[in-house]
Amino acid sequence: MLLIDCPYCGPRPEIEFTYGGEAHRARPADPAALSDEEWAGYLYLRRNPKGRHAERWRHAHGCGRFFNALRDTVSDAFLATYRVNETPPPPTIGPEAAA
Amino acid sequence: MPEPRDRTRPAMQRFSFLSLIGHALRGHAGWQQQWRTPEPRPAYDAVIIGGGGHGLGTAYHLAHDHGMRNIAVLERGWIGGGNTGRNTTIIRSNYLFDESAALYDHALQMWERLSRTLDYNVMFSPRGVMMLAHTHHDVQVLRRHVHANRANGIDNEWLTPEAAQAFCPPLNIAPTLRYPVLGAALQRRGGVARHDAVAWGYARAADALGVDILQNCEVTAIRRDADGAVSAVETTRGTIRTGRVGIVAAGHSSVVAAMAGLRLPLESFPLQALVSEPVKPVLPCVVMSNTVHAYISQSDKGELVIGAGTDAYVSYSQRGGLHVTTETLAAICELFPTFRRLRMLRNWGGIVDTTPDRSPIIARTPVPGLYINCGWGTGGFKATPGSAHVFAWTMAKDAPHPINAAFTLERFRDGALIDEAAAAAVAH
Amino acid sequence: MIGAFRTPSGGRIDRARPLRFSFDGRVHHGAAGDTLASALLANGVHLVGRSFKYHRRRGILGAAAEEPNALVTVTRDAARSTPNLRATQVELFQGLRADSQNRWPSLDHDASAVANLLAPLLPAGFYYKTFKFPAWAWRRLYEPAIRAAAGLGRAPAHPDPDRYAQRYAHCDVLVVGAGPAGLAAATLAAESGARVILCDEQAEMGGSLLAESAATIDGRPAQGWLAATLAALARHPRVTLLARTTAFGCFAGNMVALDERVTDHLAAPTPGLPRQRLWLVRARQVVVAAGALERPLVFPHNDRPGIMLADAARTYLMRYGVRVGRRAVVATAHDSAYDAALALHAAGVAIAAIADQRPTPGAAAERVRAAGIAVRSGCVVATTGGRQRVAWAGLMPAGGGATEPVPCDTLLICGGWTPSVHLVSQARGALRFAPETQAFVPDRPVPGQHPAGACRGVFGLAAALADGAAAGEAASRATGHGGARPWRGAVSGDTAWTGGGAPGLAPGVGAGRAFVDFQNDVTAKDVQLATREGFRAIEHVKRYTTAGMATDQGKTANLNTLGIAAAALARPMAEVGLTTFRMPYTPVPFGSLAGAARGDLLDPVRRTPLHDRAAALGAVFEDVGQWRRARFFPRSGEDMAAAVARECRAVRTGAGLFDASTLGKIEVAGPDAARFLDRFYASAVAALPTGRCRYAVLCREDGFIMDDGIIARLAADRFHVTTTTGGAARVLAMMEDYLQTEWPELEAWVTSVTEQWAVLAVQGPRARAVLAPLVDGVDLGTFVHMRMAEGRVAGAPARLMRVSFTGETGFEVNVPADFGPAVWDATLAAGQAHGLTPYGTEAMHVLRAEKGYIVVGQDTDGTVTPDDAGLGWTVGRAKADFVGRRSLARAAMAAPGRRQLVGLLTEDGMRTLEEGAQLVADPHEGPPMRVLGHVSSAYHSATLGHPIALALLTDGRARTGERLFVAMPEGAVPVRVTSPVFYDPEGARLHG
Repeated sequence: MLLIDCPYCGPRPEIEFTYGGEAHRARPADPAALSDEEWAGYLYLRRNPKGRHAERWRHAHGCGRFFNALRDTVSDAFLATYRVNETPPPPTIGPEAAA
Repeated sequence: MPEPRDRTRPAMQRFSFLSLIGHALRGHAGWQQQWRTPEPRPAYDAVIIGGGGHGLGTAYHLAHDHGMRNIAVLERGWIGGGNTGRNTTIIRSNYLFDESAALYDHALQMWERLSRTLDYNVMFSPRGVMMLAHTHHDVQVLRRHVHANRANGIDNEWLTPEAAQAFCPPLNIAPTLRYPVLGAALQRRGGVARHDAVAWGYARAADALGVDILQNCEVTAIRRDADGAVSAVETTRGTIRTGRVGIVAAGHSSVVAAMAGLRLPLESFPLQALVSEPVKPVLPCVVMSNTVHAYISQSDKGELVIGAGTDAYVSYSQRGGLHVTTETLAAICELFPTFRRLRMLRNWGGIVDTTPDRSPIIARTPVPGLYINCGWGTGGFKATPGSAHVFAWTMAKDAPHPINAAFTLERFRDGALIDEAAAAAVAH
Repeated sequence: MIGAFRTPSGGRIDRARPLRFSFDGRVHHGAAGDTLASALLANGVHLVGRSFKYHRRRGILGAAAEEPNALVTVTRDAARSTPNLRATQVELFQGLRADSQNRWPSLDHDASAVANLLAPLLPAGFYYKTFKFPAWAWRRLYEPAIRAAAGLGRAPAHPDPDRYAQRYAHCDVLVVGAGPAGLAAATLAAESGARVILCDEQAEMGGSLLAESAATIDGRPAQGWLAATLAALARHPRVTLLARTTAFGCFAGNMVALDERVTDHLAAPTPGLPRQRLWLVRARQVVVAAGALERPLVFPHNDRPGIMLADAARTYLMRYGVRVGRRAVVATAHDSAYDAALALHAAGVAIAAIADQRPTPGAAAERVRAAGIAVRSGCVVATTGGRQRVAWAGLMPAGGGATEPVPCDTLLICGGWTPSVHLVSQARGALRFAPETQAFVPDRPVPGQHPAGACRGVFGLAAALADGAAAGEAASRATGHGGARPWRGAVSGDTAWTGGGAPGLAPGVGAGRAFVDFQNDVTAKDVQLATREGFRAIEHVKRYTTAGMATDQGKTANLNTLGIAAAALARPMAEVGLTTFRMPYTPVPFGSLAGAARGDLLDPVRRTPLHDRAAALGAVFEDVGQWRRARFFPRSGEDMAAAVARECRAVRTGAGLFDASTLGKIEVAGPDAARFLDRFYASAVAALPTGRCRYAVLCREDGFIMDDGIIARLAADRFHVTTTTGGAARVLAMMEDYLQTEWPELEAWVTSVTEQWAVLAVQGPRARAVLAPLVDGVDLGTFVHMRMAEGRVAGAPARLMRVSFTGETGFEVNVPADFGPAVWDATLAAGQAHGLTPYGTEAMHVLRAEKGYIVVGQDTDGTVTPDDAGLGWTVGRAKADFVGRRSLARAAMAAPGRRQLVGLLTEDGMRTLEEGAQLVADPHEGPPMRVLGHVSSAYHSATLGHPIALALLTDGRARTGERLFVAMPEGAVPVRVTSPVFYDPEGARLHG
């Protein structure tokens, strides 16, 4: 069970949260202007990286807020959590920084 | 045309009871290697990335059905070490949609003769797969499956709770259960098989047809020529030239496809499974329940083999949270209260690549020469022979087999999904 | 009395408290403090089991968790029978009943032992090569025979009546293992101010100290130091001590799972106590002091009863006062066996010889020789003899030569020590092969984890204490504590150990019948065969031979398997590598893991505020998601069909009362509430006037129907939104998602109010008459369909809506949940004169189906668009955007051939169709049939006097009037395609 540091409430166990998928994927402002290909890209394509992953979590059984997290999908270690209106921390955090 | 190969390898030894006796008299000193450990060649006609059941099977069918001989299977670790060796081995074909039912029943029919096909006992055991209904919604959904399957000529029958218990005596059908058993859908042809044997059987048969199985050979890059077509793969064991690459990398499909600049509609999740200590035969069939999230069978060795839903988040860690296991076992203990004192012996995790509609992708890609077989989610093992057969066809002919024609990448663009998850509401 | 092989004194058992127990029906006596294994050995019982495959006689090999052979079933009563327990871990209690397993008719005369004679036909993986012909025979013949032969004990026949508990705990430092290293670590960490949990799998804490006699610590005998240290820890306010508690799993973020055995050791378990307790410990730092396991030697016939790990024999003597035999041969590759030999010698056990396979044994050999024991260096056991028990050991020069049989009744073996790195490996810590100890030890440390003592290859009492102290200090410092006094554990009398032969086959001996995995009957020859057949990866070797896959998970087998495989492959062990360590360290009962989640606690049962009222009226309930809903209200003598028909009739002709409280309810408020709902729902909401309701459909972003409900506008900036019963949480989460992350500029807030409101639906032509006397503040005369207003009903503050899911005049009365029962009572009373009849979900379904109203999830399945469901009219086409709009413009969403909602009438007008049944045009077509659709809802309509059905049908609306067939196993049923609205198609009754 992961330990997740909610930027509003502090560290809490995973069962208080719901996972929200890949982060920083804004819904297009005018979907009608997109081709089918582009729209399918928004709907379905995911980075699904092995390594550093920016993802959304919601503290569903806590403050209810969505926030973003950087997590290493190999170790499941959280590198950072941050609020939705914040930019992701630079890649000086985590395993890639050392490389 | 396949390149003529000079193979010094002796013909494949037959496996049989008589050969076992014969070898026993010689202290079993005369058994061949089941597959060779070759060095990579500089070029192959086709390269399969991923040495699981689907990948090895694809190589076998490319060689056996399509006459290709100059084929390599590249495996990052050891063959059968991914989801092939980690799954709970349930085999069934009672899927709702025609496309899925055709694909999985094609596989089931191949399972029924796979031991003979491969001369390797894969221990396919059609002991029946029973799916439980706990609510009236479950009843509606499962009965729809029964009717849809019957129309497709696929066996699936509806059982009352009493009939379900008669088929599976330890099942608790007390109406006082939190989620009582209201009925069950039974596919008698469904069952289980020995997962390792599938990988090894395909490896041995493919090797005998000249396929090079290259273990500890991780692909690090996919090269494309000026026209964008696949031209080579870079590996930890050197560069391999090839014009035809099939990605059959399960949880790592996104990672490998990205090497060719291809993004996929996939997310990779941890999926856990566990076994109990072995006990004498107590569970005669496979039981699945979506409402309480559990499935269970008993291996020939006597272990109860138990699986559940995935963890919630993308991960390549091959482990999940204990809360998923505890929830699963809570459900199992309600359905089988006599199992509560049995003990969990071993728990492990795999990485399952999941599509938005929970149906696989078995298709050509926009990159010429690149083919993909992925997105099996939690249910790929059951499809192994059928998947391998139609994917080899697709790679050999650069066109889909009728059975996998619907399982394209383009279906996501067009909205022509095969949404077993939404429609079925049953675990895969 | 307590065993012929018991020493007159010594050990930690209480000779004054004899305990009676039975094994295979035979009564023996042991003493308080015994394990089942020590008590059996005290009584001279060595034969305790049969092996898995060949059914060979097996004795007790070890003294703790590593035991592969001595598996027993312990039975308290018919329901409390536990198979596969290790006798070495079963604490003795008065009246304990244990039985051996996997033998018939008896342990001594086991018919299946014929497998031992067939062994040449049963090498590793034999089952992959045969049993393939004929095809049916695997399932019918071979597999049943194999299954019957396999398995160990039997699952209990009755449900387990015992209770299991779970709890969470947090600490600064969790110390796993209370041997010398763990005790030192816990002491240091506690003294420096950290909150500490110390757990140990054994009944008594102390680890190797429990069998220590020679050494002193801080000038006190080791056992005295142990008692004082434990007492100090027990007194410490920041320390929790957990004996009988196995740390079995290590998870992300230093979550460690512990299994505490609470009552299994008690003759009469204390009522109220759980049998076992699962601890989920979130530790800031973990000290792993799990110790090491002794490794057997591999030589032919190394599996007879009486052959035992040397240090296990020492443990039996020192801790339990048991001499494991009268005359022992010791075979070793490590110094530790000399300590065992000396101890047994001192206790009067004759040591016939010590065979040390090393050419130059360490200094320990000199001490032993000084005691008059013969040491043969460069000597191995080539084979053994004996029937019930080992009778002689054949000693041979290492590498080959003549074999000399040396008579003995006990053969003690020691191949070295294997550090227990399980928790380190589970935490994804890297391991490295240490050539000096021939063992894998932790390499780079895992953040937050501190291996200490023998589990990281640090052997010897003084070294382990110092290592543990350092780990405890480092762990507590990492949690911000520090300043403990430095460790001053002066140790004397400690013997230094060296050696540890290379794991694998003893030099020069044969591989046949040389067991590597005792429980799974894997021999060195099997491992060699696997490598010959091309299984070169260690995981392949394991899976092909099954070595390491028994219930001990290879605790004694894995290193030897690796050694033999590496030798056969001519590769270094470090390169071949280990198999993965998986949780649990030792098996954990399903009951512990399931915990309290049983019966109704498996999943919360949600009951509406009106539940008791429905129950009092005799309602039959059904599960809908977590909710329990009243399905129908049978009167005496009525079956469901009769009750539902009566309830429907009441609604169509008079009035019905329905508990709609399970409907999801979300209050949406804020200046942008209307804008938000307009973007969110497919239906247009922005222009909805205050005091009006609108039916609205919600699509997923992929365009398929996700939910539906009523949106009522309370004010310019406030809406009351209903969802389906099952969809409430999903819809709320999706609203939050869009509001927080896609449209954060919108000032709108959503609140779940599902449980705040009780909802009474009053439906039927007399509904207004029923409610009129109860309603205050709303003029029902002008309160037309799809209006909403706030007022009072039966004195309770209410949100009143004029909505209908029956097609009749309908009201939904929302009152605060606590008022629900009173309002229900008042409504029923007021309705008596109008025939007001409570109705359940089944009648609700019939009534809505008669009107062609869909139920999301029944008439839709995640592949249905609003247009497919005939709900195109609800979509706000003028809106520039809404969730799902873009997807509805994709090619396949408008292509011909989509399945559309239609009605079906059976031609005979008699038969109710089956939900889920398939629609075809040609009933004579053999499978695969061309299926055109399926029946989604089917009921008998008492109102219409015939059955009705809704279906999703390919191009369905264009097929109205067509004759099709519903394929049923007993024959096709002809049906006519109709409009889905069967009753009052003009909708006149809605406005009555």
